Amino acid sequence: MNERHKEPSEIMDDGVEAALSRLTPEKIQAVINSVLKGETGARFKAYMDTCIHCGLCSEACQFFLSRDRDPHYSPVGKVKQTVWPMVKNKGRVDTDFIRRAVRIAHTECNLCKRCVAFCPFGIDIAYLMTVVRRIIHKLGATPLYLQDTAHSHASTMNQMWVKEDEWIDTLQWQEDEARAEIPSLRIPLDKEGAEIMYSVIAPEPKFQAQLIYQAAAIMHVAGVDWTMPSDIGWDNSDMAMFTGDYEIMGRIKRTHFEAATRLRVKKIVMGECGHAFRSVYDTGNRWLGWAQPPVPIVHAIAFYYDLLKTGKLRIARKYSHPVTLHDPCNVVRGGGLHEKARYVVHQLCDNLIEMHPNREHNYCCGAGGGVINCGPPYKNARVAGNRVKAEQLFDAKSRGAHTLIAPCHNCHSGLHDIVHHHGIDLEIKFFSDIIYECMEKPDGSE
Amino acid sequence: MTSLYAFVAGPLAWAAFLFFFGGLCYRLLSMLRQVRQSEPFIFSYMSLRYSLRSILHWLIPFFAMGWRRNPILTGVTFIFHISLIAAPVFIVSHVVLWDEAWNLSWWTLPDAVVDVMTLVVVAACLFFALRRVLRPEVRFVSDASDYLLLVLTAAPFVTGFLAYHQWPAGPWMTIAHMVSGELLLALIPFTRLRHMLSGWLTRAYIGSEFGAVRHARDW
Repeated sequence: MNERHKEPSEIMDDGVEAALSRLTPEKIQAVINSVLKGETGARFKAYMDTCIHCGLCSEACQFFLSRDRDPHYSPVGKVKQTVWPMVKNKGRVDTDFIRRAVRIAHTECNLCKRCVAFCPFGIDIAYLMTVVRRIIHKLGATPLYLQDTAHSHASTMNQMWVKEDEWIDTLQWQEDEARAEIPSLRIPLDKEGAEIMYSVIAPEPKFQAQLIYQAAAIMHVAGVDWTMPSDIGWDNSDMAMFTGDYEIMGRIKRTHFEAATRLRVKKIVMGECGHAFRSVYDTGNRWLGWAQPPVPIVHAIAFYYDLLKTGKLRIARKYSHPVTLHDPCNVVRGGGLHEKARYVVHQLCDNLIEMHPNREHNYCCGAGGGVINCGPPYKNARVAGNRVKAEQLFDAKSRGAHTLIAPCHNCHSGLHDIVHHHGIDLEIKFFSDIIYECMEKPDGSE
Repeated sequence: MTSLYAFVAGPLAWAAFLFFFGGLCYRLLSMLRQVRQSEPFIFSYMSLRYSLRSILHWLIPFFAMGWRRNPILTGVTFIFHISLIAAPVFIVSHVVLWDEAWNLSWWTLPDAVVDVMTLVVVAACLFFALRRVLRPEVRFVSDASDYLLLVLTAAPFVTGFLAYHQWPAGPWMTIAHMVSGELLLALIPFTRLRHMLSGWLTRAYIGSEFGAVRHARDW
């Protein structure tokens, strides 16, 4: 059967099915009640008691808007199909219910928190969906592909099963490549006392190694005192946060912070990734008991902003094509970096064509919150669930945009799927792609 | 009849106010206790400045994106809530009761204005009910309790309007008005109408998170 024509409810996930076959009503009830009673508190209760079922959150959700305003996809509609029956029936729900809950909480909500800004009471429906995901995790019913990334985190402390020698080898390979262009460039490993530890997500060494090359070139040109850890802790990503496996989330965040502490750096700079920023800046640090990250964390957007603002990085020639900018939820609604992102764009390009709505009111790429990581079974449903983003992109394209800047890995991949599916002729780039292309390179390199 | 009136105006009114204020205090204290027990981090993220920033922005009609996307509902919501509170607090006949019982009195609204406000509340309840039926995304998440809450809210205003205009003449409508008003007050802390208390707190919390941590607008 062609996946394209499958309804979301027809999608089969082998991992979920295997888990459901092992579940009993008693086990389901025990797990739901253990989470609802043991792990939620005043916040959950207040959200349940305060929601007046007005439906204002519906307008916020790209799934609802893209699915022809089908109420099943509205934020409160998703709560009605998951949390409300669990509470009302005191956990007595069947495996069909759990199958549906997995689909809704894991693949039809990006945890983007746009609906939070549409609710008069500020009810955090993304939080309620994470409670559902936590229950699903404890039932062992997390979607297969997403669970695989969590297993990788648990086994290797990185998301992509990258082995230690592969990591170091990849860095040396990129250093060699870059030295052909800039002979004095180094990727300093384990340099204790450096000002900055640069951390990336595991997909970079796995299949986007050129991003490490570009980052090294930017660091070198800007004269930054930086280092990368050779040992675990180099990966800042965190899919366990999205599976609800908070114990693993805590382990990998602690490892990341400990790497920075071991190297005695003043701050961590991270690549262009949204979910990793959410994990390091917001979720993981809190699980470990830190109100704010124990080592200051600087997202690439803010880092580039500083380098350009202070003149450490200079642009030789501006990027010639008109660009549009995607605001990644996790760094915009999660970190307020939207104006800094625009400053960087204006330093690099003469012509920014804005999508609307933008900044805090942006539409999610549809990939975030671990949705893209649920893998191929859900890909077509995911793309169909974000028609409004496709319309935004079409609109920007029709007004002349040539390049789409997406300063987040998940957004990059999710937008690629949308652009590819709808045949929207937009080239997708990271900031680092354009900075690397346009910056002055004083070493006399090209 | 006189003894029934005395009961409704006396012990029943006391009970209603006791349930209302006592219930809201209980809700507030139990919420704070629960935060301290299970989610004490919430206190460390609360910020007065950003709580007020968020609340004030949402108190301006048509300011938040959520309001602007639903202009009719927004207009009705604001007029409804203002009338819902102003009419019973500033109507002459209520202030007279406070004056007689406690020697307390304050500024009042003309009866004609309160009359209009009363009709506004009833019409708004009808609008909300119709919206629940007609908008698929609202119908999908509505159950009997949502309609009952609207009836509970509208009842004192319907009966109050009829009692004021003496349709039908006699004391019964006044007693029905008092009973329905007392029922509404007493049930607020024990139904989702408690959003009159908890809504400020949830808004304050998310406003604090967005302001102090996320550095982003939440409106």
